[in-house]
Amino acid sequence: MGEVVVVTSGKGGVGKTTTTANIGTGLAALGKKVVLVDTDIGLRNLDVVMGLENRIVYDLVDVTKGNCRLRQALIKDKRFDGLFLLPAAQTKDKTAVNASEMQNLCESLQEEFDFVIIDCPAGIEQGFKNAIAGAHKALVVTTPEVSAVRDADRIIGLLEANNLRDPKLIINRIRPDMVKRGDMMNIEDMIDILAIELLGVVPEDEQIVVSTNRGEPVVLDIQSRAGQAFRNIAKRLLGEEVPLINLERYEEGLVNKLKRFLGFKE
Amino acid sequence: MIDFLKSVLGKEKTGSKNLAKERLRLVLVHDRASVSPHLLESLKVDLIQVISNYMEIDEKALDVQLSSDNDSVALVANIPVIKMKRTYQDARAN
Ligand SMILES: Nc1ncnc2c1ncn2[C@@H]1O[C@H](COP(=O)(O)OP(=O)(O)OP(=O)(O)O)[C@@H](O)[C@H]1O
Ligand SMILES: [Mg+2]
Repeated sequence: MGEVVVVTSGKGGVGKTTTTANIGTGLAALGKKVVLVDTDIGLRNLDVVMGLENRIVYDLVDVTKGNCRLRQALIKDKRFDGLFLLPAAQTKDKTAVNASEMQNLCESLQEEFDFVIIDCPAGIEQGFKNAIAGAHKALVVTTPEVSAVRDADRIIGLLEANNLRDPKLIINRIRPDMVKRGDMMNIEDMIDILAIELLGVVPEDEQIVVSTNRGEPVVLDIQSRAGQAFRNIAKRLLGEEVPLINLERYEEGLVNKLKRFLGFKE
Repeated sequence: MIDFLKSVLGKEKTGSKNLAKERLRLVLVHDRASVSPHLLESLKVDLIQVISNYMEIDEKALDVQLSSDNDSVALVANIPVIKMKRTYQDARAN
């Protein structure tokens, strides 16, 4: 039986969809059978991030309303045989799905897949409740900003109230240069405030924009730091112990580089 | 004026992250308290229990609130005392 993981944040635009696409693809690259479920009804996005927008025939609401069989709505990924997407509906009616339908759906999917990864909409309304209804485990994505961390705290409270204990934290868009000059909260600051376990830290990375433009998750880009961060997160989800990527290394200033070059510094 | 000077002189040195952390800490005190309205109720019940070892209080008039200043939050309790006990029971002693 597979594991159902929901990716949440509270605040919009902090990187849930990016995280879902990359963790899912990362797990598939490690040989796991994975399905990504987009529950952001009316604001479908995961399909374009995955580069699968042209293959959609049926969607989540078609499945729950019985317009098609589950199998027919699953879109196979271009790159990995074991990776599938269940797209969100673009209907205006956000109440087209309810929590018990989602629960049933997750139960069917976990029979067939090692991981069911659910991309949650922003907010704490029905869409959020639906997204977490069938989940065993929750990931909370935040950025190093007051508003995002505040909303993450609220979400953690709601997850725990819904019996999703021990959610794991992903800090996205960290900028080592800003952290270094004291203008951005660091990893310890956020763990200290939110008091949950850290699953990974993803740096701000232009390659994410480039890869999203192309519809190719950055996790497959060997050069990218964000890609490395997502590969590590995928491994940690499989229980592997992987140290955090050394953000320090990238924040090294020009002066230190020069010193090192001239042999003044180890 | 002081605040203005502080912001001009202080910002460069400390960076804005400490300010962010401090503001978060304060806002979360209120968020967490208001998200679980039972928290203050349950605290009241516990308070009454402890205080009753020492004095008789007007339980109905007991008022417990979070009150905030610019840079701090305090737990403010107004507890009308009806009577002191002559001998008190030290919970730790027995
Ligand atoms: N580490 C990063 N570096 C650079 N850009 C990023 C990073 N993470 C996310 N982004 C960009 O931020 C934007 C929002 O990301 P994303 O769509 O994943 O957020 P979301 O939480 O799913 O948003 P919504 O709440 O609207 O569903 C996207 O344009 C994405 O490319
Ligand atoms: Mg999204």
